[in-house]
Amino acid sequence: MPRLTPLLYPLISLALLILAWDQAVRWLSISDYLLPAPLAVYHSLAAGFADGTLWPHIATTLLETLSGYLIGSVLAIGLGALLAESRTFERFVYPLLIGLQATPKVALGPLILVWFGFGIASKIVLVTLVCFFPLFVNTVNGIRRTDPELLDACRAFSASRWYLLVHVKFPAAAGEVFAGLQIGISLALIGAVVAEFLSSQSGLGYLIASSSVSMNMATMFSGLILLALIGLCGAQSVRAIQHRVIFWEPGAARRQRND
Amino acid sequence: MSAALSFKQVGLTYQTRRGQIQALEGIDLSIAPGEFVAVLGPSGCGKSTLLKLAAGLLPVSSGSIQLAGQAVKGPSRESGVVFQKPNMLPWKSVLANVLLPAKTLGLPMDEARERALQLLELVGLGAFANDYPFELSGGMQQRVGIARMLLHDPKMLLMDEPFAALDAMSREALTLELQRIWSVHRKSVLFITHSIQEAVFLADRVLVMSPSPGTIIDELHIPLARPRTLDTLNDPLFTRLCHHLRGHFTHA
Repeated sequence: MPRLTPLLYPLISLALLILAWDQAVRWLSISDYLLPAPLAVYHSLAAGFADGTLWPHIATTLLETLSGYLIGSVLAIGLGALLAESRTFERFVYPLLIGLQATPKVALGPLILVWFGFGIASKIVLVTLVCFFPLFVNTVNGIRRTDPELLDACRAFSASRWYLLVHVKFPAAAGEVFAGLQIGISLALIGAVVAEFLSSQSGLGYLIASSSVSMNMATMFSGLILLALIGLCGAQSVRAIQHRVIFWEPGAARRQRND
Repeated sequence: MSAALSFKQVGLTYQTRRGQIQALEGIDLSIAPGEFVAVLGPSGCGKSTLLKLAAGLLPVSSGSIQLAGQAVKGPSRESGVVFQKPNMLPWKSVLANVLLPAKTLGLPMDEARERALQLLELVGLGAFANDYPFELSGGMQQRVGIARMLLHDPKMLLMDEPFAALDAMSREALTLELQRIWSVHRKSVLFITHSIQEAVFLADRVLVMSPSPGTIIDELHIPLARPRTLDTLNDPLFTRLCHHLRGHFTHA
């Protein structure tokens, strides 16, 4: 097989999939209120961008997702560090948080609507909640799993608790923290869309829900494709940052000498 | 002259699910300034625990430990340690790793950096100051560990099987190098090992430990001339001393 850049392989599969989709719609004469042809979706997207009606939806969803993600991540890492360092906090708070983690957060959606209103605040709160937990648990575990021998070695040189947390435990936990950030970014987008389904006047989730009511399949697919693209970009960005930050872990380019 | 490190009737017990375990009992030892003492014993005899007590990483259950004339209550700036694993911070450069004691002890950074570079030169890694630990082999990382141990000029070196994880060749090279470094810096050393040859080759005095509970059962002075070389390994006295020590472990 000729060697292509790795990005080309999935693009080939994608092209074949779209082709099969197109052919299926043509030859099985699937009506466009069940499945629109790829070209119809493309036209809908192009028109949406040309007349500018798509941009506000994209902006709303991005704003909700990113602000919720940022708030959730900062809280998760901060509280995670606090919990991993404090026995008291662990005894009193950890069991409650674990209990909360088992609850499907989107089930809190209607309640959050009542408390935070129908505007963007309620969406951000739901996104924050949804991406908080995996990152929180990962942060706690990452900090706790710091190699005890490495900690002992640093302690033997009189390292303070603060030094151990900032210069040893945090970097040691970075791998797990990034795994949590990775999960969090996709959950954040899910949270935003679900919140928009519940009640909203704008956003890609709103676009999909409202075009479902009018059976506008091409617009629904446009929304889906945009969400897929946003999700993909988000995950890839986190991955790229991870490779830059955690340069010492396997996977990052590295060499080893033998003497 | 007072001892660099002394243990007086030191015992350590700890609680497990099956009840109390007596890890160490009635340990008496004393290391003179500039003396190299090896503690030899089978695995599980508590020799690493002994070192952790000296490093102030564990509190004693009974008895007392004095380091450089002060009771050990926690990690002291008078001691430098290396363990079996290099325990480098993988996200810090070789130089930054050597500078760790300067950071944690709050030493003036400019002087410390200069000294760190000298020490890296001493362990033969002058050219690797800006590399990262993962770019070095295990033996080289352990050399970085030795430089880090010496950075704050401690009076007492505590070494816990520092060469046990290395391949035979790096091990031999580092053993010779440690002797050379020790002859330059003349520190007191507590060196934990399970290798009879290593103990006899390096030490002025070897203490033999036996397990459950960990106690010192023999003490052997090593009158071999210094500097010891690879030829020392063929010295009949060396062989005799090793043979004597092996006598403690053959029943196992």
